[in-house]
Amino acid sequence: MDIDMSVDICGIKLKNPVIAASGTFGFGREHAGFIDINKLGGISVKGLTLKPRMGNRPPRVAETPAGMLNSVGLQNPGVHYFIENELPFLRQHTAAVIANIAGNTIDEYCEMTEILSDADIDAIELNVSCPNVREGCIAFGTTPAGITEITQQVKRYAKKPLIVKLTPNVSSIADTAAAAESAGADAVSLINTLLGMAIDVETRRPVLANNTGGLSGPAVKPVAVRMVYEVSRTVKIPVIGMGGIFCGNDAVEFMLAGADAVMVGTANMIYPDACIKVCMGIEQYVRKLGYSRAADITGSLEMN
Amino acid sequence: MSKHMTNIITGIAEIAEGIFRMRISSGYISANAKPGQFVNIKCCEGNDALLRRPISICSVDRPGDTYDIVFQKKGGGTGMLAGKKPGDRIDVLGPLGNSFDTGARHRRIAVVGGGIGVFPLLFVLDDSRAIVRRSYLGFRTSKLVVLENEFRFRSSSLEIATDDGSYGTKGFAPDILRRDISVEDFDMIYACGPEPMLRKVSQLAGEHNIECQISLEQRMGCGFGTCLACACKTANGEDGWKYSHVCKDGPVFNSRSIIFD
Ligand SMILES: Cc1cc2nc3c(=O)[nH]c(=O)nc-3n(C[C@H](O)[C@H](O)[C@H](O)COP(=O)(O)OP(=O)(O)OC[C@H]3O[C@@H](n4cnc5c(N)ncnc54)[C@H](O)[C@@H]3O)c2cc1C
Ligand SMILES: Cc1cc2nc3c(=O)[nH]c(=O)nc-3n(C[C@H](O)[C@H](O)[C@H](O)COP(=O)(O)O)c2cc1C
Ligand code: FES
Repeated sequence: MDIDMSVDICGIKLKNPVIAASGTFGFGREHAGFIDINKLGGISVKGLTLKPRMGNRPPRVAETPAGMLNSVGLQNPGVHYFIENELPFLRQHTAAVIANIAGNTIDEYCEMTEILSDADIDAIELNVSCPNVREGCIAFGTTPAGITEITQQVKRYAKKPLIVKLTPNVSSIADTAAAAESAGADAVSLINTLLGMAIDVETRRPVLANNTGGLSGPAVKPVAVRMVYEVSRTVKIPVIGMGGIFCGNDAVEFMLAGADAVMVGTANMIYPDACIKVCMGIEQYVRKLGYSRAADITGSLEMN
Repeated sequence: MSKHMTNIITGIAEIAEGIFRMRISSGYISANAKPGQFVNIKCCEGNDALLRRPISICSVDRPGDTYDIVFQKKGGGTGMLAGKKPGDRIDVLGPLGNSFDTGARHRRIAVVGGGIGVFPLLFVLDDSRAIVRRSYLGFRTSKLVVLENEFRFRSSSLEIATDDGSYGTKGFAPDILRRDISVEDFDMIYACGPEPMLRKVSQLAGEHNIECQISLEQRMGCGFGTCLACACKTANGEDGWKYSHVCKDGPVFNSRSIIFD
């Protein structure tokens, strides 16, 4: 029997629940050299800013136990360049396109949302929590009040579904999720990276030129699963879970905990076919359980 | 085009203290790789050494469908690679990056390498059709001198320098190049090695108005252009700069385009 892998996330119909996470899939071009990107449910593009950004000094990556720190710092060609030069390529494919955006001020978020609302994209994902840029961005995401403010403002300009991406660097992610929901978010995605630091004992300096960076990969998965569990019990809007997903069963953990869809990040950088493998793994699991739809496993966790 | 493959190791030997030469079977890489390109290797399954490790392609055997890499055992990743046996499989992305231009118009070349930077230069010499080919290699100490015969065989002359003077000339490879550069009339310099060395070679090439290609190293996330981790500063317009990416725009750059901090 065919498994129905499709999911509906706030009106966006995804052919399967696997989305490439922002910053680990570029604008799809590199991965398209290795895999058929039509097989993905969606692609969240590299974080966009209003003006092009250079990003941080290198080294921008440090390997850590079962994970990595990055301090890329939102290097990107800017939202206009994206629309003119990258979006047409993505649109030749069938994966949903999610525009991930970050700004220094709420006005910038609003301006980008207005611009992108007229572009041929499927949803906007607000990165209100990038740990790698000093100004702006991080401040909005770390308090419920900050989330409320930015979500409300941006929502006024959004003609596309609005996904608010939550940072784990808070004391209660359920509270920030609830704030996003009541301020009008159509979905939440989580988790962004955990702020971290790695030190080279030989040089007695941080490995990253930026000193600190965002932790991702298998090391963060248990934290992420717990947070997705808490958030999905708190909000009614769809939840997109991520953090350390490398295989089908990793994704299934998130879905059992309440995720309607998942994003795969770090794994894309190591295995170009990670999203496809994750998708096949979910399908196998659903089949094994005798369900007919992938969406059936969402939230079907049984607590001890 | 680069591919994601499982390759089989056909040989491995420790050729100097902590330095290993590995022969790997792949018709695709041996047929398609160009000098300067690298492979990105998953050194083990699972989460130890989570990220791939970039290693230059040192030589290819096209009839034999194999390629060689040479690597220094440094930390966890290369440590696991050093423990591999013939017959073992490894997960490889490659060939990656751009390549050295070894076009036939370059008739009088110098190759300058330092430490683990010497390995891709062997492939340059294999590919080049230059008549005069002078090699200048630098190592920290005599125990780390590798591939001497291979380089000698492919060069019109070979100079070796060690930092501590335990083998060859005491000092650094660029210093020997400096001695020869005004008399040799080189039309291309190829260099790979630690940044201070590359800086010196680039400066020398600039002073003598000789074209120079250098291969850079940077910590990488993906190795194929998607994560933007491997940034390096390059010239942009009149006196501006931008971040290019070693894995995709490089690893080989025209020395004039690189901005050393
Ligand atoms: C384009 C390119 C070509 C290279 N070619 C060769 C080669 O032919 N032979 C060789 O011996 N080495 C080469 N290196 C360096 C080699 O990649 C590192 O020595 C190796 O990644 C170290 O891994 P490790 O786990 O043993 O060390 P660890 O120090 O434990 O590694 C920790 C992390 O730092 C990264 N890292 C450490 N040193 C370097 C470095 N010098 N450059 C980039 N990343 C580093 C690792 O990839 C890993 O992510 C090359 C590097 C680049 C960028
Ligand atoms: C190299 C890198 C770059 C990233 N860039 C962005 C970004 O631009 N915008 C964003 O919202 N998240 C960014 N992230 C965070 C990921 O989208 C994801 O939230 C996080 O890495 C956790 O998932 P993972 O463990 O599967 O990687 C980045 C992550 C990495 C590793
Ligand atoms: S290492 Fe990912 S872009 Fe170069």
